[in-house]
Amino acid sequence: MTTADVTMQTHSLPLHRLRLPQYAVPMVMGTAVVVAALLGLLLGWGWVPMAIVAILLTDVALPLWSRLVEGRRAAVDRLVTALIWTALVCALAPLAWLLIKTLASGIPAINGHFLTHNMVQQLDPVTFKTMPGSGVVHALLGTLLVTLGATIISVPVGLMTSVYLVEYGRGRPIARVITLLVDVMTGIPSIVAGLFALALFSVFFGVGTRMGVMGSIALSLLMIPTVVRSAEEMMRLVPGDLREASYALGVPKWRTILKVVLPTSIGGIITGVMLAISRVIGETAPLLVAVGSIDVTNTNLFSGRMQTLPVFIMTEYQTSTPAGYRLAWGGALLLIAIVMVLNLAARIIGKIFAPKTGH
Amino acid sequence: MAKSIDVTDLDIYYGDFKAVEGVTMTIKAKSVTAFIGPSGCGKSTFLRSLNRMHEVIPGARVEGKVMVDGQSLYDPSIDPVEVRRRIGMVFQRPNPFPTMSIYDNVLAGNRLNARRLGRAEADAIVEKSLRGANLWNEVKDRLGKPGMGLSGGQQQRLCIARAIAVEPEVLLMDEPCSALDPISTAAIEDLIHELKSSYTIVIVTHNMQQAARVSDDTGFFNLKAAGQPGHLVEFNPTKTMFTNPENESTEAYISGRFG
Repeated sequence: MTTADVTMQTHSLPLHRLRLPQYAVPMVMGTAVVVAALLGLLLGWGWVPMAIVAILLTDVALPLWSRLVEGRRAAVDRLVTALIWTALVCALAPLAWLLIKTLASGIPAINGHFLTHNMVQQLDPVTFKTMPGSGVVHALLGTLLVTLGATIISVPVGLMTSVYLVEYGRGRPIARVITLLVDVMTGIPSIVAGLFALALFSVFFGVGTRMGVMGSIALSLLMIPTVVRSAEEMMRLVPGDLREASYALGVPKWRTILKVVLPTSIGGIITGVMLAISRVIGETAPLLVAVGSIDVTNTNLFSGRMQTLPVFIMTEYQTSTPAGYRLAWGGALLLIAIVMVLNLAARIIGKIFAPKTGH
Repeated sequence: MAKSIDVTDLDIYYGDFKAVEGVTMTIKAKSVTAFIGPSGCGKSTFLRSLNRMHEVIPGARVEGKVMVDGQSLYDPSIDPVEVRRRIGMVFQRPNPFPTMSIYDNVLAGNRLNARRLGRAEADAIVEKSLRGANLWNEVKDRLGKPGMGLSGGQQQRLCIARAIAVEPEVLLMDEPCSALDPISTAAIEDLIHELKSSYTIVIVTHNMQQAARVSDDTGFFNLKAAGQPGHLVEFNPTKTMFTNPENESTEAYISGRFG
């Protein structure tokens, strides 16, 4: 008779149950890894099949062992837990892989020259040899300017739309129509946005016009729905109590929105705007169509083609040369870095502006 | 300063639903008027119609007359924002502005209306209002801290301070003590007694003892049946109301034999 059986008999209330030992999970995982590694070495697999087999083994073995010792309910619990962890690994693996690959390929490309030059060939004044530009600064400036332009267009439009939807349009047919249109806008293919900007400007400036601001307009079409949606959600979260408190102090509605509703929700709104920026900063198709591609630095949004990072990556990749690949990966790393910085900034700003509880 | 309110034949609607019917009463200046009655009988709705907060809810409207200082509140030429500046309100749940410090919460009525205040003037208003709301001694050392960090009772007194900082003529209180413990309730009742000397106060309460303790006049609201509009059953000096009510159902409600 084991000790567990003894305890069960001495108590009239059967609160005890046999449990797997605490080290069961690491033990099963460790065993699965070892078994998969041995199998892999024997059959000559790469490490990816080994990892998959190890995960599958864990998913099967742990619930089975649990079924034998702990009973059905605990086994189901273990199975679902294992499946959820598997799903998490499946979701995160590509992300980790992408980051590692980009870092590994991109870091060699990033140096002082890369960050301070554009792609214009230069003549060395001493040796009279031509030197390739092999720099990204024109694309970096272009991306920042075009995205800034898109933000300047989208934030006021999006914010005012959501103010209307939350504060004024509640339940009115026109508000429902706007919500529907915003939803439709979310689904616009990005290249269509680029074509729209192209068509719009060709009406005023003639066919073949390329300007940075056209890219801004194309991107703002993609940004506005995200801004509207997130700002709307955030403003709906502001309790009606606060609005009433403000009205009861004799504050007009517009000042209540400006001074109470927006400050209370500003943290979430800023986060939403930053996420919208991250979403459009990597868009390639509309920028290729509307802004084009160029090797010199152009910082004027209202005159001529501009280079942007996604388009830079694409054109460099298309050269199919080692130097081109290196530049493309460098640009990709830079783009990911910008998005990460923006996301971190959004979190910090959101924290700063979030309502304080004082605890 | 303090004004009286004359209500004549007031009907209040939410869309097509008639919530309150045929209320006529005179709320005396510089006195405390309490409204009692079962839940859903329209006390709060009626209170909110006294400073046009009622119409903040979509579809809500009012028929009848509310006269303050010889002006009809529901006249088309009346600016509801101006009305609410004169007739302040304290809500059931304390609702300090979460983005603001204690100091800024008290000044919210002034600041949100973009009134320019000198530093000394602002300090004076904050101290006067917080003293008026019996909160000064508890918070004077942490005026810069967020208002949400206070306890429930302190938050409610902060809301009262915020309401009296704009020096309204009338103060409407919608069950101001329902979320508070007995000690905070006592503090707020003391405060109501003090405020009576300079403001007209109207208070909705579910607590009969509270109505008896703080008010000079009491109005009893009731429903004829579920789904029917609420109406004013009896409006009398509190003493009469609690010792010798005119109406049988008032007596039944006050003595606990409801219905």
